[in-house]
Amino acid sequence: MSAPDQPMVRIRSVRKRFGSLEVLKGIDLDVPAGEVVCVVGPSGSGKSTLLRCVNRLESIDSGRIWVNGELMGYAERGGRLHALRPHELSRQRRGIGMVFQRFHLFPHRTAIENVMEGPVTVLGTPAAQARRQAEELLERVGLADRAHHYPSQLSGGQQQRVAIARSLAMRPSLMLFDEPTSALDPELVQEVLAVMRDLAATGMTMMVVTHEMNFAREVGDQLVFMDDGVVVERGDPREVLAAPRHERLRAFLGQVQ
Amino acid sequence: MTPERAAGVELPIEAVRPVRPGRWLGAAVALLFLVWLAYTIIVNENLHWDVIVAYLADGRILGGLWVTIQLTVLSMAIGLALGVLAAVMQLSDNPVLRGTSALYTWFFRGTPLLVQLIFWFNIGLVFPTFAVGLPFGGPKLIEWQANAVITPFTAALLGLAINEGAYMAEIVRAGIRSVDPGQREAAESLGMSHRQVLRRVVLPQAMRVIIPPTGNQFISMLKTTSMVSVIAGAELLTVAQRIYLGNFEVIAMLMVASIWYLVLTTIASVGQHFVEKRFERGHVRLSSRVRRNLSPLPAKEPPPSKEPS
Ligand SMILES: Nc1ncnc2c1ncn2[C@@H]1O[C@H](COP(=O)(O)OP(=O)(O)OP(=O)(O)O)[C@@H](O)[C@H]1O
Ligand SMILES: [Mg+2]
Repeated sequence: MSAPDQPMVRIRSVRKRFGSLEVLKGIDLDVPAGEVVCVVGPSGSGKSTLLRCVNRLESIDSGRIWVNGELMGYAERGGRLHALRPHELSRQRRGIGMVFQRFHLFPHRTAIENVMEGPVTVLGTPAAQARRQAEELLERVGLADRAHHYPSQLSGGQQQRVAIARSLAMRPSLMLFDEPTSALDPELVQEVLAVMRDLAATGMTMMVVTHEMNFAREVGDQLVFMDDGVVVERGDPREVLAAPRHERLRAFLGQVQ
Repeated sequence: MTPERAAGVELPIEAVRPVRPGRWLGAAVALLFLVWLAYTIIVNENLHWDVIVAYLADGRILGGLWVTIQLTVLSMAIGLALGVLAAVMQLSDNPVLRGTSALYTWFFRGTPLLVQLIFWFNIGLVFPTFAVGLPFGGPKLIEWQANAVITPFTAALLGLAINEGAYMAEIVRAGIRSVDPGQREAAESLGMSHRQVLRRVVLPQAMRVIIPPTGNQFISMLKTTSMVSVIAGAELLTVAQRIYLGNFEVIAMLMVASIWYLVLTTIASVGQHFVEKRFERGHVRLSSRVRRNLSPLPAKEPPPSKEPS
């Protein structure tokens, strides 16, 4: 378990390349437990890749990532790194929830079955208990009345809220959000942000890639601006957004606002 | 009447449909042709309808029918299992597994089924004995004579199932590839193992793409089993041939066999329809979506679903 002063996520000198394209060029980042870090930056700057490296959907080429005090993807024994076996990786991923831009709900399962899927399949929770827990989570995201709808029968905003509930069902200690509202019609964005706001208020540690500067300003404890695979600027969102120091961030903010 | 006053008033449509003489003419010609065809078949004395009726429920014919059903079901089941295995191997990261799978589909899709059937039946010429033991000339634990093990039925089953597996591999692979990669990522980020991802998320969705061509394969297999007659497989066609070699009622016996093939394929088609519907879960068909969206009645609640097993 993590010591109270240890950050929930510790990223050190992380580099990642796809073929000859270096996408992450040495990232250092800490996410203290209970805080919300918002990651912003232009398209292609490596934000999604960074999140996917944290829960090991992508491997990294160098550097270290610790989540909850555990080194992701490797075990250190006798001064050497040993790549983890698939089932050990799966165990590490359980504690990290991920919410995708395009929801990725399981289309062949109803909303409540989507939420039950993780606990029942991965944790072996008895179905009745998983169902009760899923009902509570759907209630929490405001969708108790949609429990038996299939994803194709839900709006984008409703689907994304089910996806959040699905991740929460695993009782994660960290939640990753990759542009959770970018695929939504403007009038549906707020209902998802409201759920995320409530979640942050419960003390959940969150890394949020977003273009919603108001959300970053109100909910974020830290704002990280990435460009071209490096962190260009970081700090308190209210200060950074009010007085950006770098020209690149000023130009970016001019475009999104 | 002003438009405001028209609101709320019912305006039923009782339009006169346009006359379409071409349609009527086409229907009449087709109907006439069918009546003529039925007439010539029924009154044709060379067809020996009495013989056909007499042999439809003949004990030997029913025995052959049962062998046909067994061969079809067993070789489809084994073929499906082989196909899933080969498809998963083909999509793995391991180049040796990929190569093995590719070799399998290449060979068995590239040679005629007829040749494969005759080969399996005569495998005793190549491998006189089968043994369980260590490979490359190591000690043997149990040994069988090939001629004792390879009956026409086992040869037929081997040939049909292994050949079918090569085709099913392509179908299953296309099904797995049709599933959005995001599904796999969502499942993995819940902490599912590779096997759980495949079983719980990927295969159920791949089924929608796999089922229709598999149904076609099944229907086609019902008829393909007749090829087994070259190795005297005792299925429907072989039995019919044996009978007409005795009573010279060639056409009548072929008609008997054809009637049973039609019965089997018809039943299979109906079954296919229901299985496809079952795997449509969560996917609202376009037709029902249109109906729902155009319906003046409020949408019905979807039925409550079962627990995930
Ligand atoms: N699997 C991959 N293979 C090859 N290149 C990739 C892959 N994933 C991402 N990239 C490339 O890496 C770069 C960074 O991608 P990434 O998705 O991390 O950017 P992003 O900051 O999330 O952008 P966006 O705001 O558009 O989502 C892009 O140039 C992208 O084309
Ligand atoms: Mg992205």
